[in-house]
Amino acid sequence: MKTMKVSVVTPDGSVYESDVEMVIAKAQSGELGILPGHIAMVAPLQISAVRLKKGGKDEDLIAVSGGLLEVRPEQVTILAQAAELSTEIDIDRAIRAKERAEQRLHAQRQDEVDFRRAEMALQRAINRLSVTGRG
Amino acid sequence: MASLRDIKSKITSTKKTSQITKAMEMVSAAKWNRGVMNAKAFVPYMEKIQEVTAAIAMGSKGIAHPMLQSRQVKKTGYLVITSDRGLAGAYNSNVLRRVFQTIQERHKSNDEFAIIAIGRVGRDFFSKRGMNVVQEIIGVSDQPSFNDIKEIASNTVGMFADGTFDELYMYYTHYSSAITQDVTEKKLLPFSDISTTKKLTSYEFEPSAEEILEVLLPQYAESLIYGALLDSKASEHAARMTAMKNATDNAKELINSYSLIYNRARQAAITQEITEIVGGAAALE
Repeated sequence: MKTMKVSVVTPDGSVYESDVEMVIAKAQSGELGILPGHIAMVAPLQISAVRLKKGGKDEDLIAVSGGLLEVRPEQVTILAQAAELSTEIDIDRAIRAKERAEQRLHAQRQDEVDFRRAEMALQRAINRLSVTGRG
Repeated sequence: MASLRDIKSKITSTKKTSQITKAMEMVSAAKWNRGVMNAKAFVPYMEKIQEVTAAIAMGSKGIAHPMLQSRQVKKTGYLVITSDRGLAGAYNSNVLRRVFQTIQERHKSNDEFAIIAIGRVGRDFFSKRGMNVVQEIIGVSDQPSFNDIKEIASNTVGMFADGTFDELYMYYTHYSSAITQDVTEKKLLPFSDISTTKKLTSYEFEPSAEEILEVLLPQYAESLIYGALLDSKASEHAARMTAMKNATDNAKELINSYSLIYNRARQAAITQEITEIVGGAAALE
């Protein structure tokens, strides 16, 4: 099957670089599946897992904290402020972050900004855990 | 003339100082190496995001986004990046002098500007002078990750969005080589010159260009801040390395000149002793 180059880059460096057959990502407008030869496109992503199919059952999972998906016919780039391969996620840290965010949400009503921030942190933690299969 | 013992103790203490500066030089050299590597790791991300932003902002005319429009300036934001520690030569004072002069030229009162300080030296400098520091972060690690400054970066961009200030300048030290680092002023917001050397691709937008800009522009602005921080960190370590090397060299020179004085004093003492003995013997005859 035809493949395309996929790279996931964050401000701290490149996280993933490989040839894959299909990219499945959750954009803000819904789930997207991208095959080689796709028209050039840009879409913002949700805090979610990106699935990269490499033929057969072989697939890589990457947790991204939002960001952008940039598609070109022969190359897909994901620009995220943070992204981790499922095998590289620090589970303990994610669990701690989840608990912390939950506590903050349960605490007394704070102002809206803090609440939203805690909500985002919770989403990111849950996303990381679900990518590792511990959600 | 100072006594032999005084000179000797001066030599010992200078030697100890030079050992410390030598060690600091080597530590900075290691950090500098990693700082340069971090700055390099950031380049692909920056290039890509710049390319996409340019493609959207230039490719599709008639998109309005607050971050792309200049508005009447009532208040100006200054983001100043300095280090937490000194002993880096003129690294911090160069940045601070530039910002201070600029502010004095452009503004008459404290209400016309707001300062966002990254680094202890800058924070102390401005708060001591009673200038309006609205945000600060200290203790950023030597190898900062994006996470370390995400909060201050997004708050800063948020302050532009909610109208706390109407334009934002960034002052940092650009690293050009181990011996030259230049203070750089960059107008961050509103974006005025987004350009790229690469060929522009025309994209389909999912769902629409406006909504993508909504996500992309803040992310772009935050990345620029992070990039400036990496640049400054590489410069800081290079500056500290050079400063410490100079200090070590100076200490060596000082030790040399003290040794010379010490030997002369020793000679003088010996000569005097001999003269006294000869004089004493002559008196007995």
